[in-house]
Parts: sequence; structure tokens; C-alpha cells
Amino acid sequence: MNSVGHEVWLAVVTCFAAVFTQNILLTTFLGMCPFTSVSREVKTAAGLGAAVVFVMTFTTALNWLAYYYVLVPLELEFFRFVLFIIIIAAFVQFVEMVIDRYSPKLYQSLGIFLPLITVNCAILGASLFMVIREYRFIETIGYGFGSGVGWLLAILAMAGIRQRLCEARIPMGLQGPGITLIIAGLMALAFVGFTGVLG
Amino acid sequence: MNILISVLIVSGISAGLALILVVAERFIANYGSCKITLNGKREITVQGGKPLLSSLREEKIFIPSACGGRGTCGVCKVKVLDGGGPILPTETPFMSKEELTGNVRLSCQVKVRNDLSIEIPEELFNVREFATRCVKIEELTYDMRRFRFELTEPKTIDFVAGQYMQILCPRYKGSGEEVYRAYSIASDPTDKGVVEMIIRKVPNGICTTWCFEHLKEGDTLSLSGPYGDFRLTETEAPMVFVTGGSGMAPFVSILHTMQNTGSNRQAVYFYGGNTTRDLCLAEQMKGFGAALPNFTFLPVVSRPEEGSGWTGETGLVTEAVKRRYKELSGHEGYLCGSPGMIDAAIKVFIELGMPQDKIYYDKFA
Repeated sequence: MNSVGHEVWLAVVTCFAAVFTQNILLTTFLGMCPFTSVSREVKTAAGLGAAVVFVMTFTTALNWLAYYYVLVPLELEFFRFVLFIIIIAAFVQFVEMVIDRYSPKLYQSLGIFLPLITVNCAILGASLFMVIREYRFIETIGYGFGSGVGWLLAILAMAGIRQRLCEARIPMGLQGPGITLIIAGLMALAFVGFTGVLG
Repeated sequence: MNILISVLIVSGISAGLALILVVAERFIANYGSCKITLNGKREITVQGGKPLLSSLREEKIFIPSACGGRGTCGVCKVKVLDGGGPILPTETPFMSKEELTGNVRLSCQVKVRNDLSIEIPEELFNVREFATRCVKIEELTYDMRRFRFELTEPKTIDFVAGQYMQILCPRYKGSGEEVYRAYSIASDPTDKGVVEMIIRKVPNGICTTWCFEHLKEGDTLSLSGPYGDFRLTETEAPMVFVTGGSGMAPFVSILHTMQNTGSNRQAVYFYGGNTTRDLCLAEQMKGFGAALPNFTFLPVVSRPEEGSGWTGETGLVTEAVKRRYKELSGHEGYLCGSPGMIDAAIKVFIELGMPQDKIYYDKFA
């Protein structure tokens, strides 16, 4: 297999790993606040999830470029927290402006979630993991996309469960966030079952 | 040296990104000028890209809003007939079923992207912004004050007793944002150069804290109004007024009007307070009682303090209504106050046979 093909293969594996075995939400519990607060309905959860997939894919890629072409040559790696956050915020602002102008329909479904995502720790988390795990560029894209899809999958599953929970009799003290966290824990256990699938 | 360079580089990157955003805003978020058709007859042209609420405000058309456009109060409703796009998830929680299907939108959430056609109540065209000066602050009770504002520009106002105005509460230490808050006008409508408001201190309230702790006599502030359709009907039906706390404000104005027009209409005013310390304006009410032949003022204290010597009505204000009336089918009911008090009073009115459409109220949001 040539080297580009090998890299693409690695990216695909990384992507699958990010969706299932290393799901950013269920293994590191990042991005919990939107996960608990916006998972009441499948429709809104899907909107938020789609926005996360989009933003995560692009910001990890942008941050990879900024990290390896600006911070590493200048030996300013310790600035990555600051730089990543700034890039994420600027990117989200920019995208919001563009889709607001050119695609009102997309803005309708994604727009109001975009500003929320700027402060989603999973987005920054993905960029930081990308550095810690020393991914190459194509892998990073796979990882960013996979993490986003993993997050989307988790919040969709949670929203589906919570819609059914409306009819369940939950003890008073556990209603709302309480039962959501317990379910998230059970889901995380289920996802642990994927470990080892991809070696 | 290293530190300096790193600071420079990070600032440089941030500045670069900011520049990109500014340029993008200039070219991408440029919607050109858009035409807004009001009630099918008046047209205004505004710069697109901003929320409808602020675009209208710039054209001196004031839609009432309490939160100042952040989509949290749900007050700034208008009918958008054309060009508003689909309703946003940020608006749906504030809308009733009829409003959802009737093109009603929150004007702070609708962005002017293209030509719009909207419908607003005619009376809003009369709403103006007034520069005013606070000329008098009077303690009414331990937590209520009466503020008197002299209008400086424009110098006079026309309003109907029962209407309200909005105070633009500026930023101050402890509140980082401008908010608008509505207060009923408590002065005589024929006294066109001033408006008075009765404000009760709300613990941690943004605007009331400002009014009580920062606003001083001589300070200037901005009011807009008049808003609202709470007013007396033009019938001769006997009336029952029920209020508590600062809900008294519109009734002071209404009683002024009744006095000015020499009204003979029968009216009984139940004013509820927790203790005798909550009662106020007794002298002014006595004056109205003397001037209006068929007006009765009935303060009701739910828990009179020991030794206060209170001999008037006691218990809840709604109980006092029930004690005085066995049935109210021919009466009109007027209410102003907290949602809890209003709902309780409406229940009692209906129990006593008052038709629902004869009950008029001004609920504090």
C-alpha cells in the first residue's frame, strides 16, 4: 500500500475509533452541558449534533495547521489553548455570517446552535487530543469528523431515550439531569463494549 | 524577549482573525437597504442585517420590549405578513397556538434580510421617546416610591389613564446591560408635562434596584410610550377595582380622569396589603373619595400587626370582595398587579357571576 493510501486508511480507522471506542462524549465526558440540556427532543438534538460535526471537523483541521505551521516552528506550543479557542470562536463567527447570508434554510436548522458551540468543551477537547495523540493532517480530519459524529450519535440516542422517558415513572429526585447522567453512564458502559473491535 | 515575541505573535494572530471577521462583516453581512411596509400603508427603508425590533426603533417606531431584544421576555410580538422566514426555535416557547399559525413573531428575533410587510397596533405609531428629568422622589412605603419625571424633549405627552411607559434602565455597577422596564403612569393625563410612576422595589430587580439606589432627583433618563390598552370602558356599569402594591399606579391616573370628567360611575376599590406598612396614598384616596360621589376606597390588610390599631377589612383582598358582594353579573372588574393576585381575583369575579369579557387587567410580567 502506498503512503497516501496508508494515511487515508489510518484516517478511516481513527474516524471509526472516534465514533465508537473513543467516543469523546461517553469516554471523556466532554460537552456534557449541551448534552444534558439540549437532548429533550430528537429534532433539536440532531440540529445541535450536525453543528458539532461541522464545527469539529473544520476547527480540528484549522487548529492542526495553526499548531504545526505557526506554534511549533516558533516554539510556542504552550499557547495552544489560547490560539485554539480564538480560532474556534473566529471560525464559528465567520461560518454563522456566511450561512446567515447565503443559506437561510441551513441557518434555520444550524444557526442558533453555532454560537452555543463556541464554548462547547468537546470542540476544544478534540483539538487538544489531536495534538496529544500526534495525529497527522489526514488523520486529524478523520478524527475531528469521527468525534463529531460520535457526539451526534450519543446525543441522538439520549434524545430518543429521553422522549420515551417522558412516559416513564421516574423517582422525583432523579427527574431531569439526574436520570440523564445515569443513562449517559449506562450508554458509556455499552460503548466500552466496542473497545478492541478496531485493535 | 521571548515573552514579548510570543505576546506579539498571539496578538498578531488574533488581530488578523479579527480583521478577517470585520472584512467579512462588511462584505458578507451586507444586506443593502430593505423596505418595511407597515400595516399596508406606510413604508420605511432601513439598512438590512439587523433585528426588526432595533430597525424599527431607529425609525422611531417603538415596539414594547422588556429585555431589550435578547429574546427572553417575549413581549415584542408583531405580525409579519411577508418576508420574515420561518419561525425560529427561540420564539416558539412564547407563542400560543393561534399566534404560531397567525404569523406572529418576536420582532427581536426576526432579522431584516429582505423587504418585509408587517402589522402593528395603530397606537404604536403614537409612541415617542421622551428625554426626561427626575424632579421628585417620594417615599410611599418602606418598599414603594413615587417618581416624578418632567418631560424635556418632547415637552408634552398625550396618554389615556391606564397606559404604561417604559424606562430605559442604563448600565450601572451590578448590571452590565441596558434593559427596558414597563411601569404604569400614575399621574393626571391632563398634566401633560410630567409623568409619575409608582415603583415597588423588587429584590435583585435590575431596574428597580437602579431606581432605588442610583436614580437621584435631577438625573436625566429616557422613557418611551405610551403603551397598552388597559383603560376604563365608556359604559356606565358599576366597577370593582382590585390591586395590591404598585398596581395602584394606573388607578391613580384613572381616578384623576374620573374626577376631571365629573364621573358618577359607581366604583369600589379594594387595595390589598400584607400589613398596615404596605398601605399608602391614603390622603390622595380620601381626596378622590370626597370628589367622586360614588367612589369607595377599601384597604384590606391580610395580617395586621399587633397593636397597629387596624380596624378596617382583614384577610385576603379576594375574601373582602366576596364579603361585600354576593353577585357581580352587572359589574366590570379592573385588576392590576402580580399574575398570582390577578388569577385569584379573576377566579373570584367569575364565581360571583361576572362575565369573563367584562374583566380587564394589566398583569405585571
